Amino acid sequence: MRPPRTQTQIIWDKFRRHKAAVVSGIVMIILMILCFGAPFFAPYAFDAIDLRNTRQPPSWQHLMGTDDLGRDAFTRLLYGGRISLMVGIFAALVATSIGALVGAVAGFYGKRTDNVLMRFTEIIIAIPSLPLLIILSSYTQASVVIIILIIGLLSWMATARIVRGSVHSVKRQDFVMAARMMGCRNATIIGRHIIPNVMGPIIVGATLGVGAAIIIESSLSFLGLGISPPTPTWGNMLQDSQSTMSTKPWLTIFPGLAILITVLCINFLGEGLHDALDPTVRSDQ
Amino acid sequence: MGRYAIRRTIQMIPLFIGISIIIFLIIQAAPGGPETTLLATGRFVSPEILAAYRVRLGLDQPIFVQYFRWLGAALTGDLGYSYTSAQPVLTMILERLPATIQLMLSAYLLAAVIALPLGVYSAIHKYSILDYFGTGLSFLGIAMPVFWFGLILQLVFAVQLGWLPSSGRETVGDTGLVDQIKHLILPATVLSLLYIAGWSRYMRTSFLGVINSDYVRTARAKGLRERRVMLVHALKNAAIPVVSIMALDVAGLFSGAVITETIFAWPGIGRLFIQSMYARDYPLLMGIIMMGSILVVVFNLVADILYGWLDPRISFD
Repeated sequence: MRPPRTQTQIIWDKFRRHKAAVVSGIVMIILMILCFGAPFFAPYAFDAIDLRNTRQPPSWQHLMGTDDLGRDAFTRLLYGGRISLMVGIFAALVATSIGALVGAVAGFYGKRTDNVLMRFTEIIIAIPSLPLLIILSSYTQASVVIIILIIGLLSWMATARIVRGSVHSVKRQDFVMAARMMGCRNATIIGRHIIPNVMGPIIVGATLGVGAAIIIESSLSFLGLGISPPTPTWGNMLQDSQSTMSTKPWLTIFPGLAILITVLCINFLGEGLHDALDPTVRSDQ
Repeated sequence: MGRYAIRRTIQMIPLFIGISIIIFLIIQAAPGGPETTLLATGRFVSPEILAAYRVRLGLDQPIFVQYFRWLGAALTGDLGYSYTSAQPVLTMILERLPATIQLMLSAYLLAAVIALPLGVYSAIHKYSILDYFGTGLSFLGIAMPVFWFGLILQLVFAVQLGWLPSSGRETVGDTGLVDQIKHLILPATVLSLLYIAGWSRYMRTSFLGVINSDYVRTARAKGLRERRVMLVHALKNAAIPVVSIMALDVAGLFSGAVITETIFAWPGIGRLFIQSMYARDYPLLMGIIMMGSILVVVFNLVADILYGWLDPRISFD
């Protein structure tokens, strides 16, 4: 007979059994410490030009080589990761907030509100998102904030649909009725009683959204529409490297690997969280 | 069934109108507008000429008048004229269409030929080496930026090994089939990666779902050979959800083509889209993105109808 466990312990136990997710979590923590602490860990300044050492292949002095201006590629990768991760995290936050709000309101109020919001969601889903992102980001000189907003504003639809479905099934349960009888306002019922019950899918969606946003940011940067140099991001480092790819392949390989590893870890994390937060998955199996 | 299809088709009409309004508003919100294209030529343009130009393009009208004009013309197949080349938008799109269809179709077939057998094999031989390989491949395929995969393939197969051309659709002066196929291999591989990753997973999950059902056991009990049980009885039902997902993904290929065509200088609609974006050629942008949206809605409908048609358990009433 085991002692009763708290909800947090149950979730943690289930998460821990997903080995790939645990490893991914550790890799992500290290990566985030390295990138956000770039000024402490980077061996050089990200814009330090060294014209005597341009286009060096990887070596012990320059782990990932240097670019056309002799800037250290490893240093730029760390600084670039700071922006790429930030864009990913905040874009996913924006998208998840909008999606959760739209989905909760549509699911809770039903009827006309639901109809209008879901038809609108359908319209946005039907417009191919990458071309739409490309058009919107071509309108402005992209800054970090603008890119976050554009990606966030076009990535909320899946979350909205999932949350709407969950809210629909939760709102008929007795505790919601009880809250209503105690005289709670609708906003309180949604915020306090319904959203916490659909938090699982929201968190999983947000996690996967971070990876998707990092890929979108890099694709936009690759087309010259993302955050512009000299601020390095993984996307614009790849764009810079494209013309010299055949002679200096290391400048193309490493930023791409960074994206690949990051998104891979995020996806494993999402899967682990999905198993851990889903109450129908038992922890003692 | 027939009535269901008709009802769904009619339901598409308000969706199309909604989509066209959103796209129209977004394009209208563009900074500059056609004047910038005219001014960018570097020639002196007097205010009178500019005003006349605006009147000619109907830009002096209120926005809803412009919208209804555009919609009315679009319904008769007139999508307006390109600002940069003065050709009709529809002509330009149709000119580039064969290249894009060729690329999309090749990628689609390639993905199907690899993903479906891989998915079935992974399900039958669960936790075998090939199953793990498939799982790894699909995780990598989903996490990899498409354009980076394209660059790496170019680097390896075009630059280092020199086996395949790095860009374009054909070598100038060479119209042979072999040359065309050589140009097609890299872009089609890049475009298909995401779908190989997705479909093989779906196929595996779906196959595992039916493999333990009663009718499969019955088929075995009748003494049928295992091969026949799996590839005829089990596969038939397992394929239903996969087929409808494959129909949905036709539209997704269009977004993928934008990036793939840019990397490989493939002369299709995706590349035209990027070119018109840099040139701020709004009628052309609008025509292309509208066409992409139509593709999405139509293939959503196809997926729905296909699903119901293949699965007799679904009732339409």
